Amino acid sequence: MPGPSLDTLSVLFVWTAVAIYTLAFVAYAVDLARRSDLAVKAKDAVGARVLVTVGGSTSDVAPDALDVAPADRPRYLWARIGTALTVLAFLFHLGATALRGIEAGRVPWSNNYEFALTGTLLIVAVYLGVLFRYDLRFLGSFITGMTAVFLGGAALNYYVVVTPLADPLKSVWLVIHVFVASLATAFFALAFALSVLQLMQARRERLAGEASRRTGPRFLRTLPDADALESLAYRFAIIGFIFWTFTLIAGAIWANDAWGRYWGFDTKEVWTFVVWVLYAGYIHARATRGWRGSRSAWLSIVGFSAVIFNFTIVNQFFKGLHAYSGLS
Amino acid sequence: MSNSRSDVADGPLRPADHADAPDRGIAQPKLGVVGWLRWGWRQLTSMRTALVLLLLLAIAAVPGSLVPQRGADPNGVSQYLTDHPDLFPVLDAMQLFDVYASAWFSAIYILLFTSLIGCVIPRTKHHWAALKARPPRTPARLSRLDDHHRVVVDVPADLGAASAAAAAVDAAAEQLRAAGYRVERYDRAGSASVSAERGYLRETGNLVFHSALVGVLLAVGIGGGFTYTGQTVIQEGDGFVNSLALGYTSFTPGRFVDTEGLTPYSVTLDRFEVTYTPLGEAGQGQAGDFGAHVMTRLPGEEPQEEVIRVNHPLTMAGDRIYLMGNGYAPTVTVRDPDGEVVFRETIEFLPQDSNMTSQGVIKVADGLADQLGLVGFFYPTAATLHSGAITSGYPALLNPLMTLWVYAGDLGIDDGTARNVYALDPTGMTQLAGGDSDTPSLELAPGETVDLPAGMGTITFEDATAAGAAEPVARYVSLSVHRDVSAPWVLGFAVLALTGLLAALFVPRRRMWVKATVGDDGLTIEYAGLARGEDPAIAPAVAALARDHGAALARLGATARTPDPEVD
Repeated sequence: MPGPSLDTLSVLFVWTAVAIYTLAFVAYAVDLARRSDLAVKAKDAVGARVLVTVGGSTSDVAPDALDVAPADRPRYLWARIGTALTVLAFLFHLGATALRGIEAGRVPWSNNYEFALTGTLLIVAVYLGVLFRYDLRFLGSFITGMTAVFLGGAALNYYVVVTPLADPLKSVWLVIHVFVASLATAFFALAFALSVLQLMQARRERLAGEASRRTGPRFLRTLPDADALESLAYRFAIIGFIFWTFTLIAGAIWANDAWGRYWGFDTKEVWTFVVWVLYAGYIHARATRGWRGSRSAWLSIVGFSAVIFNFTIVNQFFKGLHAYSGLS
Repeated sequence: MSNSRSDVADGPLRPADHADAPDRGIAQPKLGVVGWLRWGWRQLTSMRTALVLLLLLAIAAVPGSLVPQRGADPNGVSQYLTDHPDLFPVLDAMQLFDVYASAWFSAIYILLFTSLIGCVIPRTKHHWAALKARPPRTPARLSRLDDHHRVVVDVPADLGAASAAAAAVDAAAEQLRAAGYRVERYDRAGSASVSAERGYLRETGNLVFHSALVGVLLAVGIGGGFTYTGQTVIQEGDGFVNSLALGYTSFTPGRFVDTEGLTPYSVTLDRFEVTYTPLGEAGQGQAGDFGAHVMTRLPGEEPQEEVIRVNHPLTMAGDRIYLMGNGYAPTVTVRDPDGEVVFRETIEFLPQDSNMTSQGVIKVADGLADQLGLVGFFYPTAATLHSGAITSGYPALLNPLMTLWVYAGDLGIDDGTARNVYALDPTGMTQLAGGDSDTPSLELAPGETVDLPAGMGTITFEDATAAGAAEPVARYVSLSVHRDVSAPWVLGFAVLALTGLLAALFVPRRRMWVKATVGDDGLTIEYAGLARGEDPAIAPAVAALARDHGAALARLGATARTPDPEVD
């Protein structure tokens, strides 16, 4: 083949994207640190009046509202740099994924390397898409950090050259089932990040209520309160749950064509089921007295950990019919 | 909650520990037997129990992915027994090789579904009544609700205050009805109000989702009794008949399957096609485009040509026939020292790797001085490793070679013991060639004949092209035949569950009230909303109601005294 192949270019784009995501991560991290400064300065200025609540507009450290139109948001410089870098990295990432698909002549999600490529792309896409509606830039460092690690890790450990598709994968369900599963993962990732922040925020609120001197990371003061974080985490989780349910059904239809049964407790099926039940538990917990709040947040965290486990460990090391990681 | 009407109006019936259920406190009278049963039932159907059971189910499912399961991976279970002979009986006693049929796993999901049914039935009754009920009476003090707007308007003098209040509420009722609310007027002296409710579909969806899950479970459970799966292996040129006695190497019927009543269709393998990624390309030797070209025949009908492919099973008389595997089936002829044919068979060799290195066993029971057992390796593209061992470098027939170890003695098949045709038990046999014996193993290419050791005769690896075949070695396919009457039902219930879930999670259920009170200096209009369940958009919805109603008031000639509605 004359010149570098599209796949070579794709890999170059992947590493470019990883580099820019890392810069975006740094910018977002600086943003959180500066928000901390802002919170401290404002605290000094306001004096004793420190405990701010939602809607309290007297203090400069009033937590930013989630549901603010992009034009009306606080103009945090470093957050804006972070978002701009994320968009740039996303474009390289998108290019890398598209080139890989063109080189392979099929959808770019047929082995672990490509799952990682597309999965992280969707996480960033959903994050950037959600930014139009909610000001979630405080999640930027988490999203870009995680994407940089997963993408770089996948390029190092999961990379395989383009090979023809194995017969069982030659199905329209490859396009649908895997894509929707990745999309579900993207929403679960956002829910996970919000749940983590919710726990941190709940802890801060508890400590502040006890008039404790130490209340954890200071940037939390500029974030919405724990209830708002929880409510948004829940909204992302239920969207993810719908997609995950669809993934299960689509996978069963495909399995019935490819393997002769719609359900057989293959290891990957087991883990997909476990994830589904965990999130069903999360949704239940949100409606159970005594479980709303921090306890349910833990379930969201456990659920996402299972998703990641399912993608990495189960794909790579567990024996089963979903042997499409492309790794040996 | 004394009268049933207000009880219904209280919204969906919830388990007592539901976050939206009223907190009834703990005032438990002394319990009798019935009381305890009621108490136990209430515990089982509580949210907390359901939650714990869900989490237990998730945890209980995990071991089945760590330990091989008899259902999904029977060979893995045998291997586990070989690798861990001491641990195996312990795990087996804990049913860890049949997790999903185990007593403990079943106990969890049966309890979970009992809890679910116990929750769904009363909720369905309750919801049925709610669907027929009218929206509840307007609360006396709307200002106590979280989402509340109040505005004072001046009404035109020619319009009396009372009739202005009625007109304002009429307009609000119309507006709410157009937005899909069910509305009810509650007018009193000095005030008019409308009470509205929407989103009954949320509870309907919730109940449909949970009921559909029960449907899935029942379909799987009952359908399993009418399901059968059978495996068969056919070589090119051969066929199989769908009959328990004739066709199958293994057959697993459900409890209610009439094994005598199978439709006796036949499937004959004309040829098996496969392409391999060429040498030198990425993924070389990777097999694909598998196609079993078959001739099918239903009783009393003309034969039909069909192709069975991966992802595209063949449907015959309600059965689905899947292509599960393929391999080479060399034909071998054994002659005695006089040149008489004592054995001729085409034997399926089982593939051992992706380059189709295959292993097979030849058992010659009669006609020679001793019973003969041969363990053969077949290499479609034989290549010699540095160590001297032979391997296959490519899955197609580029350089086919068969090597054979020869054992003589007692095959152990005369006493009627069932023996695996794919394995040889060399106990009581003497190795004459290959392995630890002094004679090297026999090596044959298609068309070649070599002498058996100890002058027992000769063995020939037949070249199938001599008989007109396209390739020197025949292929075989393994097919799996399934009848699963439950699958469409399971799918139907699953789709129903997903539909219900969408409604249950995304349809907001909310109540709205608009109340106009005649005051000394104008008309006070209040708007209030109450979310019933998760409803992130309740506040904007109340604001939108107030805004749109403001426009309607302006058309009536009323003017708001404060320019913007005051937000509490």
